[in-house]
Amino acid sequence: MNLKLKPAVSDGETFFDLAQAPLRELNAALHKLAADTNETHWKVFNPAGRHAVAAGLDAPVTVEIDGPVGYYCAGMNKQARVIINGNAGVGVAENMMSGFVHVKGDASQSAGATAHGGLLVVDGNASARCGISMKGIDIVVKGSVGHMSAFMAQAGTLTVLGDAGEALGDSLYEAKLFVRGSVAGLGADCIEKEMREEHKALLAAKLEAAGILGEVDISEFRRYGSARTLYHFHVDNVSSY
Amino acid sequence: MTDHSNTPRTTPRASSTFDAYTLSEIRRAAATGIYDIRGGGAKRKVPHFDDLLFLGASMSRYPLEGYREKCSTEVVLGTRFAKKPIELKIPITIAGMSFGSLSANAKEALGRGASAMGTSTTTGDGGMTNEERGHSTQLVYQYLPSRYGMNPDDLKRADAIEVVVGQGAKPGGGGMLLGQKITERVAKMRTLPVGIDQRSACRHPDWTGPDDLEIKIEELREITDWEKPIYVKVGAARPYYDTALAVKSGADVVVVDGMQGGTAATQEIFIEHVGIPTLAAVRQAVKALQDLGMHRKVQLIVSGGIRNGADVAKALALGADAVAIGTAALVALGDNDPRWEADYEALGTTAGAYDDWHEGRDPAGITTQDPALMTRLDPIAAGRRLANYLAVLTLECQTIARACGKSHVHNLEPEDLVALTIEAAAMANVPLAGTSWIPGSTGSF
Repeated sequence: MNLKLKPAVSDGETFFDLAQAPLRELNAALHKLAADTNETHWKVFNPAGRHAVAAGLDAPVTVEIDGPVGYYCAGMNKQARVIINGNAGVGVAENMMSGFVHVKGDASQSAGATAHGGLLVVDGNASARCGISMKGIDIVVKGSVGHMSAFMAQAGTLTVLGDAGEALGDSLYEAKLFVRGSVAGLGADCIEKEMREEHKALLAAKLEAAGILGEVDISEFRRYGSARTLYHFHVDNVSSY
Repeated sequence: MTDHSNTPRTTPRASSTFDAYTLSEIRRAAATGIYDIRGGGAKRKVPHFDDLLFLGASMSRYPLEGYREKCSTEVVLGTRFAKKPIELKIPITIAGMSFGSLSANAKEALGRGASAMGTSTTTGDGGMTNEERGHSTQLVYQYLPSRYGMNPDDLKRADAIEVVVGQGAKPGGGGMLLGQKITERVAKMRTLPVGIDQRSACRHPDWTGPDDLEIKIEELREITDWEKPIYVKVGAARPYYDTALAVKSGADVVVVDGMQGGTAATQEIFIEHVGIPTLAAVRQAVKALQDLGMHRKVQLIVSGGIRNGADVAKALALGADAVAIGTAALVALGDNDPRWEADYEALGTTAGAYDDWHEGRDPAGITTQDPALMTRLDPIAAGRRLANYLAVLTLECQTIARACGKSHVHNLEPEDLVALTIEAAAMANVPLAGTSWIPGSTGSF
């Protein structure tokens, strides 16, 4: 296989070497893929921390990135499966609409920020502001998340198998948070809520989607959500603003 | 006991410091315990374009014939990196205003009016509606901290993208849309429960500072295959550095919004006391572009208090490539029209002063989501009024440009201007009228 051909095709897989060709060519090629493309499996080599790798995809394809990526990998993703065999920089899968993004290492700040849909799985830890302003995405972090995670989170689920940092769920709207480990502190208007059967079923569905149902004990998780006391601006709540 | 009944009395004297408005605000604050929120921009008197004059032609300059010789007005935005720059027929654009803060009819009217004149409109916090896309031949899609309604499909069907760092009415501030305006449609677009008071973040969730912004802009360009012009909008605060950093971050266009620029809803104290006037910002922004060798390569849009063709001409003469209007556009649609005076009085205000836009009870049907009030605004007629108004602004600007001997409005220059006040002379970096003195710069009084 000649990787200098950009992209190179072998055994139904399309290869793209970012050491040989610019990112702009990769993203442009991925953007041109039609819904019925035969080029359904791409492998990207030597990302070397480049930003916006596989951003703006809108086709039912798999893109496997072999190495660490910089900011905004798989940003605004629709439909595509993006697998990162490495760590991801700030804002991985930011504003994702649908599809699946899997970080096999750690993720930096603002993972899954503002995303409307799809599933983001982080095998390692995610840093601060994981799921900030999330609008419907499901995020599963197998490690821990940093401070201010799910800040102003509007919809979707954040599941953390490890611990959560300070100010979890600050100014939360309707997103649902499940944490198995310790929570360093809850943000304004975020409270622990009863884990009823429907919440256990919801959590089980998210764990199943992440491929780890049965690997963890659902009874070990605690649920957090909005107290909804800040939904209407009122002088009596001024100390919370 | 001494009889004082015949002693002359001084007339009652109101305090300049504690004037009637101030006293009323103290009483309001004491009664409610909460600050005053309103729409619009700074209402206080600040140095403005009125403090500048054009010199016109004279012995050493010759004018162009008013109705015969061409004075062009087209402007191209986004020539630095974008594959598809925006070409406008006039140097006046419509500033970002959201569906949610404005009714769907108002957004449609803005699109109709702007499109008729060959210029662009801009979305706002809350996403893009099909109505405004459909009625705007050129639509700028705002990329805001809240990311309400942000999605790649709308990003790709926009003609340009405006990354909003701040706005003139509230540099450093977020937003609040009260529950009265969060109807089912507005709530759905923003992924929020119906009827709650919705907050808009003041900072972007996934970048901080110019180094990050550069990477964010790269992402937006990658997602849109480097086609769309990318604007960066800042509230006028530190215009020299903010403009320089926007250029450094990779902007095609910088938008600088002065403190007279409006907001849908912000604290009165924020609007009046944070940020600087438009006049004070233009030359600083232009100087940053000039120092970087990017003037006219990165285009500059100036907004905040633009009302007539003279304001447009003055902004261009100071070095802007185009202006944006918001408040004036709403007035052209019918905002604060005296025909609704009885309704304004019922709200405790008067036509011309109504600014409780956030309450959603706008008698003119513009800053509301109330179905009955919305129908008061006919989008076709209102769009025609806006087109007329834009035509007048353009004609007025051309009139001045011809008088200064310019065959294109972009040929206006600071040399065409003088200032009426020392403050304006210093801010605009043009001589005080009748002197060669530019305070802090050259010449003498």
